[in-house]
Amino acid sequence: MATTATSPGRTGRRDSTGATSRIRRHAPWTPYAFMAPFLAIFITFVAAPAVFGLWMSLHDWDYMLEVKPFVGFANYLNLFDSTSAAFEMFWNGIRATGIFTVASVPLLVGIPLGLAVLLNRRFPGRTFFRAVFFMPYVLGVAVVGLLFRFVLDPNIGILNAAIDAVGLDSLLNALGVGTPIPWITAQPWAWISLVAMTVWWTLGFNTIIYLAGLQDIPAELYDAAKVDGASSWQQFRHVTLPGLRSVLVFVVVITVLASANMFGQSVLVTGGGPGDSTRTALMVILGEGLESFRMGSAAAMSYLLAVFLGIVSIINVLAVRERRKS
Amino acid sequence: MTTTLAERASGSAAPDRQTGARSLFSSAVFWLFLAVLTVIFIGPILWMFLTSLKTNPEATTIPPTILPEQATFDAYDSLLRLDGSYPVLRWFFNSLLAATLHMLLVLAVASCAAYALARLRFRFRGFFFVVIVSTLFVPGFVFLMPNYLIIDRLGWLDTVWALVVPGAAGAFGVFFLRQFFAMLPGELEEAALIDGANQWQIFTRVVLPNSKPALATLAVLSFLTNWNDFIWPIYVLFSPERLTLPAGLRLLQGAYTTDYPVIMAGAFVASVPVLILFVFTQRYVIEGVSRSGLKG
Repeated sequence: MATTATSPGRTGRRDSTGATSRIRRHAPWTPYAFMAPFLAIFITFVAAPAVFGLWMSLHDWDYMLEVKPFVGFANYLNLFDSTSAAFEMFWNGIRATGIFTVASVPLLVGIPLGLAVLLNRRFPGRTFFRAVFFMPYVLGVAVVGLLFRFVLDPNIGILNAAIDAVGLDSLLNALGVGTPIPWITAQPWAWISLVAMTVWWTLGFNTIIYLAGLQDIPAELYDAAKVDGASSWQQFRHVTLPGLRSVLVFVVVITVLASANMFGQSVLVTGGGPGDSTRTALMVILGEGLESFRMGSAAAMSYLLAVFLGIVSIINVLAVRERRKS
Repeated sequence: MTTTLAERASGSAAPDRQTGARSLFSSAVFWLFLAVLTVIFIGPILWMFLTSLKTNPEATTIPPTILPEQATFDAYDSLLRLDGSYPVLRWFFNSLLAATLHMLLVLAVASCAAYALARLRFRFRGFFFVVIVSTLFVPGFVFLMPNYLIIDRLGWLDTVWALVVPGAAGAFGVFFLRQFFAMLPGELEEAALIDGANQWQIFTRVVLPNSKPALATLAVLSFLTNWNDFIWPIYVLFSPERLTLPAGLRLLQGAYTTDYPVIMAGAFVASVPVLILFVFTQRYVIEGVSRSGLKG
């Protein structure tokens, strides 16, 4: 079997395994046998639902009703028809998710970059601090939500108590901000709270991704910049940032995706309030589909939101690419 | 791959060589800054624990006490004695069971698929790889409605299988292991092949034993994700005795809104396993996360 190989070491060079081949390595069906268990789950819970969801969105699919008539694009058109029941709810949710995304993404892209540069210096205990900054991320949203519901409580929460304790309340009063601050029950405080707790919770994730990117920038580039007399800021601007460009695209895209999935924080901390102001798109979709059981309409909402997100992601990628050219 | 971030960094991090008082001052500012950040990141978690050791009157006094006047485990005691609608211990074991089974399933199916994609040659390899990886960028909520109906049809609503299986279709595990398997040298495999080993033997005796760090990373990450999952369990589980901790905590918050030590005790119970897991495996967790960004 092994002897049939001709000119070993040459023909197989391009094989990703780096192996020589002409050897019959496996039966034609072997790879499919290895793929089969994953593919079965993938087809059942990813591929089929993607198609099935689209099909649902074209029907008046009510979980409670026997007949689910085909309605074409009516579920989508309803979302653009201001007289329909779904219209206001959906766009209110999109607005809430949009506000959250616009407010949180810059912070979650910027602050972790600063932290990563800080942690990329050589100092004792950097592994420890890296773990500390990442630690909140391993907690679930349920834990984080309950914790911050307590911390931010306007009456008995530690945050308002701390503001009083250090005398910050008189400063805030002088600036025209009433205390105690209604962190959960009034805007814009509710958004500030939700964004800040999300930054606290997830910032470690992006920091780690940046750190990995920073370590792939060759040290020689910094040495060369220093020889040329570049300041720290110039090094950051002309070596670090260009070196991180592809990492930056990735971070922006996944952070936008994660922000658009905002759900647990609103459910647990503000309950969607005050009013419906923090009731996010995902809360609306899940309410429509799994509480009111209008699943066709909910599927249409989720596809429309996915299309918005796709457009935003493409714009992000193009924007960063554009900057590379200039 | 076996080198950690720290080891790789120590060679390449830009050294900060400065001299004199300015350096002393800047390093003082640096350490002060790190100390403040540490308080910000650890503080709330510590606050959760400290509150769980207080009595309810103490937890709600103004101004609050930092340390409990008299530390007590009363909150934990009442947490375990809540009536039948809130079987917290049961939720804990449900979470543990679901996360463990999910982790094992992910390891099994993702490693097989990754092996085929990384080291076997077949016609649709590129196609499968592109399709699987592209789903990494599809937002998960698109699948919620149809998957709920599929789970319903399978008769899995309100069972542990609803928590274990669907998440195993995630592309991350396959992608992550494929990148690792593809980097393993081909020689070992060649030797085994010449000795007459078949692909299954190469997979189980050569590739898997040489991939322990990657498998450990994926194991920890899939356990954490499943343990913390919130959206899916609150909709596919209904019976109080079937809930996981995150889903149960939401109920608890609704019913015991004013008993903060009990709620914080519940939140702490849900945090302890993942915090312990993180402390002991942080190298793998952080390695796994940093790998996820390198695909560019």
